[in-house]
Amino acid sequence: MKARPLYLLISPFAMEATLFYILATMLVVFAILTVTAANPVRSAVYLISALLGMAGLFFLLQAEFVGAVQILVYVGGIMVLFLFVIMLVSVREVETQRRANRQWKTALVLGIVLSFELVYFVVQGADVFRIDTISQDLIIESQTLNTETVAGLLYSTYLLPFEIASVLLLVAMIAAVVLTQKQL
Amino acid sequence: MVDITHYLVLSTIVFSIGVVGVLTRRNVIIILMSIELMLNSVNLNLVAFSDQLQDPSGQVFAIFVITVAAAEAAVGLGIIIALFRNKETVNVDEIDLMRG
Amino acid sequence: MLNYIWLIPLFPLLGFILNGGFGLWKVARTGNRPAKPFVYCVACGSILFSLLLSLSCFWALLQLDPDARIWEIEIFSWIHGPAIQTVTGDLANFHISWGFQLDPLSAVMILVVTGVGFLIHVYSIGYMAEEEEGFYRFFAYMNLFMFMMLTLVLANNYLLMFVGWEGVGLCSYLLIGYYIHKKSAGDAAKKAFVVNRIGDFGFIIGMLMIFTYFGSLDFTEVFQGVEEMFPTPETFWGPLCWIALLLFIGAAGKSAQIPLYVWLPDAMEGPTPVSALIHAATMVTAGVYMVARSSAIYSRAPDVLLIVVVVGLGTALLAASIAMFQQDIKRVLAYSTVSQLGYMFAALGVGAAAAGIFHLMTHAFFKALLFLGSGSVIAALHHEQDMRKMGGLKKYLPRTWWTMGIATLAIAGVPGLAGFFSKDEILWRSFSNPEGHAVFWLVGVLVAGMTAFYMMRMMFLTFHGEERLSPEVASHVHESPSVMTVPLVILAVGSVFAGYLGLPAWLGPNVFEHFLEPAFETSYHGAGASVQAAHSTEILLTLVSVALAGLGIYLAYHFFLKHKEKAAQLRERFSGLHQVIYNKYYVDEAYDVLFVSGGTGWGRFFGAKNWGRFLSAFDNNVVDGAVNNSAAMTKFLAWGSGKVDIHLVDRIVNLVAEMFESLSKVLKKIQTGLVQRYALFFVIGIILVISFYLYMGV
Repeated sequence: MKARPLYLLISPFAMEATLFYILATMLVVFAILTVTAANPVRSAVYLISALLGMAGLFFLLQAEFVGAVQILVYVGGIMVLFLFVIMLVSVREVETQRRANRQWKTALVLGIVLSFELVYFVVQGADVFRIDTISQDLIIESQTLNTETVAGLLYSTYLLPFEIASVLLLVAMIAAVVLTQKQL
Repeated sequence: MVDITHYLVLSTIVFSIGVVGVLTRRNVIIILMSIELMLNSVNLNLVAFSDQLQDPSGQVFAIFVITVAAAEAAVGLGIIIALFRNKETVNVDEIDLMRG
Repeated sequence: MLNYIWLIPLFPLLGFILNGGFGLWKVARTGNRPAKPFVYCVACGSILFSLLLSLSCFWALLQLDPDARIWEIEIFSWIHGPAIQTVTGDLANFHISWGFQLDPLSAVMILVVTGVGFLIHVYSIGYMAEEEEGFYRFFAYMNLFMFMMLTLVLANNYLLMFVGWEGVGLCSYLLIGYYIHKKSAGDAAKKAFVVNRIGDFGFIIGMLMIFTYFGSLDFTEVFQGVEEMFPTPETFWGPLCWIALLLFIGAAGKSAQIPLYVWLPDAMEGPTPVSALIHAATMVTAGVYMVARSSAIYSRAPDVLLIVVVVGLGTALLAASIAMFQQDIKRVLAYSTVSQLGYMFAALGVGAAAAGIFHLMTHAFFKALLFLGSGSVIAALHHEQDMRKMGGLKKYLPRTWWTMGIATLAIAGVPGLAGFFSKDEILWRSFSNPEGHAVFWLVGVLVAGMTAFYMMRMMFLTFHGEERLSPEVASHVHESPSVMTVPLVILAVGSVFAGYLGLPAWLGPNVFEHFLEPAFETSYHGAGASVQAAHSTEILLTLVSVALAGLGIYLAYHFFLKHKEKAAQLRERFSGLHQVIYNKYYVDEAYDVLFVSGGTGWGRFFGAKNWGRFLSAFDNNVVDGAVNNSAAMTKFLAWGSGKVDIHLVDRIVNLVAEMFESLSKVLKKIQTGLVQRYALFFVIGIILVISFYLYMGV
């Protein structure tokens, strides 16, 4: 092992980059595995891992609340629901059937094209996104917790969307109940 | 130095993976899961910009996205169950009742 | 004196009215004819007055300055016509006046007409002495003819000239058919009139064209207009050429040129004075006069001048060839007239109008003399005209003999006599004039030789050789009375001396041509403009023509006097050719088949009976057929309509439906019912949109 000064390993920038790449790799790998897994259960588990990686990225981006909500709601709620339905629906003949449909080649090509285009888009316009040279000092110097900030915004400026979201959840719940009734 | 471009590129890659998944897989549940991937990549985009611009609005929006994703997943899965009850299959390329 | 020129035609008109009217009245009242002396005095007296008046008017004209020798008077305004638009776009009044003009050309003509006419009238007293029934009619018609001819010559506009033109044609018909009991005379009269009429058709169209182009029919105005509108001769066939051609058709009809000459030989059916007056001296020269008068037009239409020359010389040649074989003495003279007229037209065609008029004058003298002489012979032989039954008459009719002899020598072109000068002038001009050609001269000389030949043949057959008279005639043959022979002598004098008025250039002044110059000043060169050619050439050509004439005379002497048997031998050897020429090249027969009996055939075909047949056939087949078949028609139409409906209309409708069906079949494939396929399209669309934005320039 190389003798590296410890402070370099634990300097914020280096740590950020390392963490980012680890989390990014994890995300991408698990995302691909999600899409290509044969077994839906496996696909669900891979997705959970990908979401966890995403949550890690959120934490990296100083958005602790969103990261926490991601884990609690997305992974703990939605993915569990997925697993329930998987168990209900596709237990029997999963392994024997082919995974992709007839248009998978075209879809793959399109996906690659899309990715390339979007990446190109982003990279080309990179200097546009650099609106402010963010200094980490600002982030560190922030006094309020992220949760407080978000909450403050959520209940003031975005109160209406918040309430509507509540109604939406109610409606979704009713819809789910109605849709799965044995007889309408 | 990880700047926003990295996050954005990562977001687009994940989004594309999600698109491929939606277009390719036969199992309708996996399609739904691919959709969730796409939504998440968008969330990443939002939060990255929120961090860049030091504006929490992006995170608020991300919370809303998660909320909607939950609602949509619930309804979607309800539809799948109803579909499964009727068609005994979860493969979308076997469902072509609307075929012209 | 010149203001009385209107009396010149008037005297003969009065003579006609007096003789004719009084005669008719007398015959109707009493059944008797008028007294002969009365008729004679009225007829000849009127012409005598005209002659004297013509001479005094001529004298008065000579008193005038040579440049101003034209005297026009208007008797009355004849036609007040509407305004008609001319070719130039101006409006012209169709105003015709009954007017006379005296200028050198018409002066020459009236002198010839009245002079020769008077002598012939006097001669007729003797010739028609035996006529008891119709003699007053004869003299009345002769006077009427003189009136018409003088009107023609003195007229100052084309329409009045045409009045005279038609009038002389009418009198010709009346006089040819004088012997009303002879069918051949009536046929000949009809033939003359009809053929004349064909020519008149051309004349009328020509007149109409003149009016539309120049807005007038008056000579002075027309020729002025010609000078203005056509300063130089036409180089292509233009309106002037049409006018000239049409007028020439009229002249060909009146003056017996090809193809309208066929009436003149038949016109010999009339009494001999008629032949002399009308068909030798006056009427047939009307065409020549008209062309000469219109020299302003003809000199500017070189294409038509060529036609005139060719027709003239062709006629001369044709007629001379026929004359060589005729047996009737009058027929020989008739064809000779046609031939000489051809000479006159040849002169006009090469642009030597004065020479043509000169020949007209000299020809009037000797041809009238020849006819009157032949009339004397015929009368002496009790109306025997076949020369095969003549011969050796010299001792019985001495005066007739030597006067006719002079005329024959004159027409043959023997030097010193009138015919020599005039004919020679024409031959020289046809060679040397700009419009002339050596070929024309050659043909002319050939015809001159032929003329000499057949005229001497006539003389020899009639007066010389053995007597072939039939017995009853032989006993009565005697010389004609003075009333007939004196005019012969006078005409003989004219035949000798008239020629000296027009001496050739190498001999002396051409008084005649000089006198006529003002009349031709509107023509392009002026009449017979002197040609800058060597005298020596002219003399040479003269010698050639004289030699040929001499040759002709000798040949006639050889075949018809000395060795008659040789003529018979030649006739045997060339019997086919002889037959053809003797039968006048069968021209009359051809006309008969083509137009006369052919015409009746056409008439019958298109006649009323056939027309009725056509109509009934049409009615039965076409009209009834249509009616009867209308039901079948309807059925056919319905069938047709059904077919169209099934095969065409339905097909179109079905096609439209099928088109949509196939289109939808294709489009159906898009709607698979598979949601993922739709999603694919989504993504494609998204990629396209992003590509668009990338292309627009990020």
